[in-house]
Amino acid sequence: MIPVCAVGDLPDGEAVRVEAEVPIAVFNVGGAFYAIDDTCTHQDASLADGWLEGCAVECPLHASCFDLRTGRPTGPPAKKPVRTHEVVVADGHVYVRVSVAA
Amino acid sequence: MRSVTIVGASLAGLSTARALRAQSYDGRITIVGDEVHEPYDRPPLSKDFLAGTAGLADITLSTEDDAGLDLDWRLGIRAARLDPTRRAVVLETGEELVSDDVVLATGARARSLRGSALVDVHTLRTLDDAIALRADLLAGGPVVVIGAGFIGAEVASTARALGLDVTVVEALPTPLAGPLGEEMGRHVAALHADHGTKLVTGVGVVGLVGGSRPQAVRLADGREVPGATVVVGIGATPNVEWLAGSGVTVDGGVRTDARCATNIPGVYAVGDCACSHNPFAGEALRLEHWTNALQQPEVAAAGILGRPATTRPAAPYFWSDQYGVRLQFAGHRRPGDTVEVVDGDPGARSFVAVYRRGDRAVAVLALNQPRLFGRLRRQLAVPEPEVVR
Repeated sequence: MIPVCAVGDLPDGEAVRVEAEVPIAVFNVGGAFYAIDDTCTHQDASLADGWLEGCAVECPLHASCFDLRTGRPTGPPAKKPVRTHEVVVADGHVYVRVSVAA
Repeated sequence: MRSVTIVGASLAGLSTARALRAQSYDGRITIVGDEVHEPYDRPPLSKDFLAGTAGLADITLSTEDDAGLDLDWRLGIRAARLDPTRRAVVLETGEELVSDDVVLATGARARSLRGSALVDVHTLRTLDDAIALRADLLAGGPVVVIGAGFIGAEVASTARALGLDVTVVEALPTPLAGPLGEEMGRHVAALHADHGTKLVTGVGVVGLVGGSRPQAVRLADGREVPGATVVVGIGATPNVEWLAGSGVTVDGGVRTDARCATNIPGVYAVGDCACSHNPFAGEALRLEHWTNALQQPEVAAAGILGRPATTRPAAPYFWSDQYGVRLQFAGHRRPGDTVEVVDGDPGARSFVAVYRRGDRAVAVLALNQPRLFGRLRRQLAVPEPEVVR
């Protein structure tokens, strides 16, 4: 598992980017944590810098929307999903278990 | 069965077809394009595609879902004439496409340098343009880019990344002063020097030296800048000439209201060819922005279906990637607007600036600051009287 940060360091509505084999974005939506691949599948942009609305993040560059729960694009121009990753909260810290499958 | 003909098969044309089907249009859709290629994304042509890090498969716009759109494609065929009374699009082959509605999405073409016909210079607008330019860049430099606008700067950036010697020549004293203003134009143009590109400003180009292949660009002050590859990036012209005599009002582009409707009932215009009333700016604007070519079709499709537009009018938006720096701009600047850096440091090429007209924030510019930019972009408000249009 990859350590992300202390729970208190990722407030509601915020996102953080963590370096892994591929960068991962971790979001706090109303106290629930979600993790997806950070790089938009359309063109190179960091989804951690995107606009969070409910369980969707909008890419800061071209406004592709991804569902944080499924990784699926919900609007153009992105065509491919991003991977989702399991988030584990233990002892006040946030961790990500990186998915193996694409 | 109802029918619509879309003239233009790039982002705006394809997006119109998608928007119609998404809004449950069940009529016949014919889409005409003068390029032989299936729709592709143009922004990468000056960036990843030109650099060779993206291929044709990466920039194609079509998706698997598009197979369900049930479109009648006419690619590689130019529209020659529009008969507005019958809403007939007459193709260069003589074929007539008569339909209930017509959407003009013919885009724009690169402006060329006067008198450059004798020497092989490049412009960059189409896939074929990008393939030809890339081949010449791979043959080595030096490269001269005429025009320090966004396309010119991106080509210069890509050519530098390929290791070539690059000079950018700009007739204006400050590059990008039109869209960004003098002060911000200077900050952005500084990226050239940061990355070893020579920038010559305030001097026009008077000629090209060379035979069929260029050797140098001759400047108004007598200087000659050596260039084995010359790229002209001096703007684009809307493809509207074919509408002459059709009765469709053309003035700096096909004039439309905020709903993309032209003066002829049943005829709409979207994307780069359209000069539409823009609620944010409060005036008609012809926008050559990718996002505009994605958003206007939703509005036009709603109009064809006789429905109110579902999308709220928003501030115009564009971006540019140069030398690894991401520039984002939203809103509309006019001469006389003030500008203030609200975060970051222009010297570090990482900052956000807000443009104001009196008390109203009218535009936001950011270099390498996507998160704050996104927040401020959403705060740009459409003036109240325009909201109810």
